[in-house]
Amino acid sequence: MLSARLTLAAAALCAGITAAAAKDIPPGDVKIVDGKLAEAVSDTAASAADGRKFFADRKLGNCLACHANSDLSEQQFHGEVGPSMDGVGARWTPEELRAIVVNSKAVFGAQTVMPGFYSLEVGKDVAEKFQGKTILSAEQVESIVAYLATLK
Amino acid sequence: MSRKLILAAATAAVVSVGGALVASADPVDEELVIDGEIPMVIRTKAPEGHPFDEVLSGWLFRTPETRSLEEDTFTNPGMLYVERGEEIWNTVEGEAGKSCASCHGDAAETMAGVAAAYPKWDADAERPINVELQIDKCRENNMKAEPYKFDAPEQRALTTFLKHQSLGKPVQVDLSQGDMQSWWDQGKEVYYTRTGQLNLSCASCHEENNGKYIRADHLSQGNVNGFPTYRLKQGNMVLLHSRFRGCIRDTRAEFPAPFSDELMALEVYTTWRGTGLSVETPAVRQ
Ligand code: HEC
Ligand code: HEC
Repeated sequence: MLSARLTLAAAALCAGITAAAAKDIPPGDVKIVDGKLAEAVSDTAASAADGRKFFADRKLGNCLACHANSDLSEQQFHGEVGPSMDGVGARWTPEELRAIVVNSKAVFGAQTVMPGFYSLEVGKDVAEKFQGKTILSAEQVESIVAYLATLK
Repeated sequence: MSRKLILAAATAAVVSVGGALVASADPVDEELVIDGEIPMVIRTKAPEGHPFDEVLSGWLFRTPETRSLEEDTFTNPGMLYVERGEEIWNTVEGEAGKSCASCHGDAAETMAGVAAAYPKWDADAERPINVELQIDKCRENNMKAEPYKFDAPEQRALTTFLKHQSLGKPVQVDLSQGDMQSWWDQGKEVYYTRTGQLNLSCASCHEENNGKYIRADHLSQGNVNGFPTYRLKQGNMVLLHSRFRGCIRDTRAEFPAPFSDELMALEVYTTWRGTGLSVETPAVRQ
């Protein structure tokens, strides 16, 4: 336990970051105001390149199931349940995009079919292995937001 | 600010022409006639109280290749299960030394149109039963045989065979029997309840988004008139309650047991939603 702690601390020092660096805002503490979420939910550096992968990954965002996206033309099947992502980074600010990905219902209303990816407001009978968990991690959300912001 | 407004207007424009953009994904406008002989009702006026004006068979949402497999009983892979079901129909099983045929004779005559009226009120069980449970009831009471395990190959084959005796007949549940109406109410509630981590209801996909693609799948109205259906993906016949479970599992929810009150109510309600469509069993789907 102690040695593990020390190792972690050392690793954090080596990486030039403090222990507080990997802190996420828990989903219950997220505050979306006027369709915006100003504060990043994770302070781990976001990567738009990773975000692009998470967007398409069926086990992660699987955003492509519902949203077409010309930037991912190498992927075969694009859904059309939601709007196309082309130009989405120009239509919305990063604060708005973050709010949409974290909890679309706080932006579009309870009736939207878009799932909340960092929210615990979920449906009935959640399967055991997903209980108390968000679809995406805070870090994955930030990377997807960074990616969406590049779609101008 | 003005830039934002212009963009917002542009977004609105995209949304408003959305219908036109997805036109390619509309269900096809075609007729289904099995073997060039049996015309199928695949579009019909919705029953009163239905959210749509018109109900559509899932066949209309499938690719040309999948559609043509169903048009011809010779190419329909589900017909092998009909044949297997006929064998089982004529096979003696159980302590009473009887087969289905011992009591019911030639299914082509005695069972014509029968399955189109299921699920149906069962006064003994005091709940609705579907064809699968009717088969089990006969096995237990009349043949003194064990009920089938859920999804046993014999259950799939015999259910397919029985439904096939109603090929082309309109689906019609009788809500005036017993407490059918309250089961319909309960089924409707299940249909609109959002489940799972993805927080989606049946209506999220099949009512609000039918006609659109969700990844590679062209969403239909989720009608049940083709069940059991032959699914190319699985290379097998799929019972209705397996399909329900699959859709519920996709929302990342625990799924209710097959033939549970919840799924039986959902069967009553979804069957009603497809009132008037022809029984298509064995339908072919992707
Ligand atoms: C099950 C369907 C579904 C999934 C999965 C989904 N969305 Fe959405 N999304 C929608 C719908 C529908 C809308 C339109 C909002 C509304 O009217 O409810 C939308 C709207 C949006 C918008 C606003 C688009 C605009 O131009 O106005 C963004 C951004 C967005 N989604 C991003 C994502 C991202 C990123 C993911 C994955 C992490 C994702 N969505 C997954 C259905 C979905
Ligand atoms: C996340 C989206 C989604 C949800 C939620 C969903 N389904 Fe489906 N369902 C599909 C897809 C995709 C298919 C395959 C394409 C099709 O036939 O629509 C399908 C197929 C079906 C079919 C087969 C239709 C046919 O013609 O063979 C039935 C019946 C059905 N769903 C019923 C339901 C019911 C009842 C619920 C709620 C318990 C439900 N679905 C929830 C996506 C969904």
